[in-house]
Amino acid sequence: MQSERGIDISVGLFILLGLGSVIFLVMQTLGLGQVNSGDSYTLQARFDHVGDLKLRAPVALAGVTIGRVSGIRADPLEFRAVVELRIDSNFSNLPVDTYASIASKGLLGGKYIELSPGGDEEFLQDHDEIELTQSAILIENLIGKYMLKGTDE
Amino acid sequence: MNAAIRDCWLGFSRFVAAFGAFQIFSFRILPYLPKAVLRPRLITEQIYSIGALSLVLIMFGGLFVGMVLALQSYNTLVEFGTIDLLGAFTAEALVRELGPVVAALLFAGRAGSAVASEVGLMRATDQITAMELMAVDPIRRVVVPRVIAGVISVPLLAAIFSAMGVLGAYLVGVHVLGVDGGAFWSQIPERVDMTTDVGIGLVKSFIFGVSASLMGVFEGYNAAPNAAGVSRAATRTVVITSVWILLLDFIVTGLTLPEV
Repeated sequence: MQSERGIDISVGLFILLGLGSVIFLVMQTLGLGQVNSGDSYTLQARFDHVGDLKLRAPVALAGVTIGRVSGIRADPLEFRAVVELRIDSNFSNLPVDTYASIASKGLLGGKYIELSPGGDEEFLQDHDEIELTQSAILIENLIGKYMLKGTDE
Repeated sequence: MNAAIRDCWLGFSRFVAAFGAFQIFSFRILPYLPKAVLRPRLITEQIYSIGALSLVLIMFGGLFVGMVLALQSYNTLVEFGTIDLLGAFTAEALVRELGPVVAALLFAGRAGSAVASEVGLMRATDQITAMELMAVDPIRRVVVPRVIAGVISVPLLAAIFSAMGVLGAYLVGVHVLGVDGGAFWSQIPERVDMTTDVGIGLVKSFIFGVSASLMGVFEGYNAAPNAAGVSRAATRTVVITSVWILLLDFIVTGLTLPEV
């Protein structure tokens, strides 16, 4: 049998660990466990439609993840979606005519943002906005279009 | 033929009698519960021996169940190009189902049997009778602290199990199988709900905690006062608790799933 103090300490640790696990699970299910690592800078991009793009979705350059979506909100004046991209500072030389499009990984996969750099000599700075964007392609709309086409002929 | 029917009838009536005795035992404990907080030292000692000492087993179990779950579900999800859902998939399975159930089964094997054999040995060596002779109520001194400690421990152990499982799935999914780390975490809040999933997981493990710890002390307290009786009490505790946990899990799941 251990000393009373030893028992108290391990019981306390056990209960703290248990409550910590509950908090961890609740934080994860509420999406509060944000992780920010390394130096980064923020860019903005406006889209007509973001589909089911999620917070923390990857931002990819040539298919390789270089950042995360750090915010999605609607612009009340323009009626468009504003997406904030947090990008690794190693890639601070993206040209101003970089093209941002919402792509999806496979037919049922999650959405991500693909950046295609242009040829401009000027670079995007922190809090700049990417002007050239392409919205998410909604499969439902595509299907709808094809069905209508079929009835026209 | 007659003998077979009589055997069935005897077995059935013995089962009903044991079930009734268990209910009466549970109700006998109820009035002691509020008074138990006056002796917190007894409860912490029990939380130490049945909760804190189960920790290593539970963490190990959770980690490996999560890792296996990630491997298995990756295998299916990759066919549909939906490996981003790995995090949500494993988290939902762990939080709702595997965490409470497997943690409670491990608890029954690790702690329930220990409680049953400890109390059973107290009965066999006349310690319980001695307490009664000294006007110490054995239910208050021996039974109630163990029940309360079990009810406190099992939900915590289940939460630890689930959290370790999600971490294990993260390790395998993101660092071995190459799922995107951001997608792994970001899909979880989209598909796992706090009240329905985490809440129901906690409710389940609370119910399992009540039944597992009650069963352990009941079997021990009513064990036949000899060596065979003690070992029978430990075995019966594990078997009956496991059956009850699986049965109750089916009932609670059926009652709480919104689309059934």
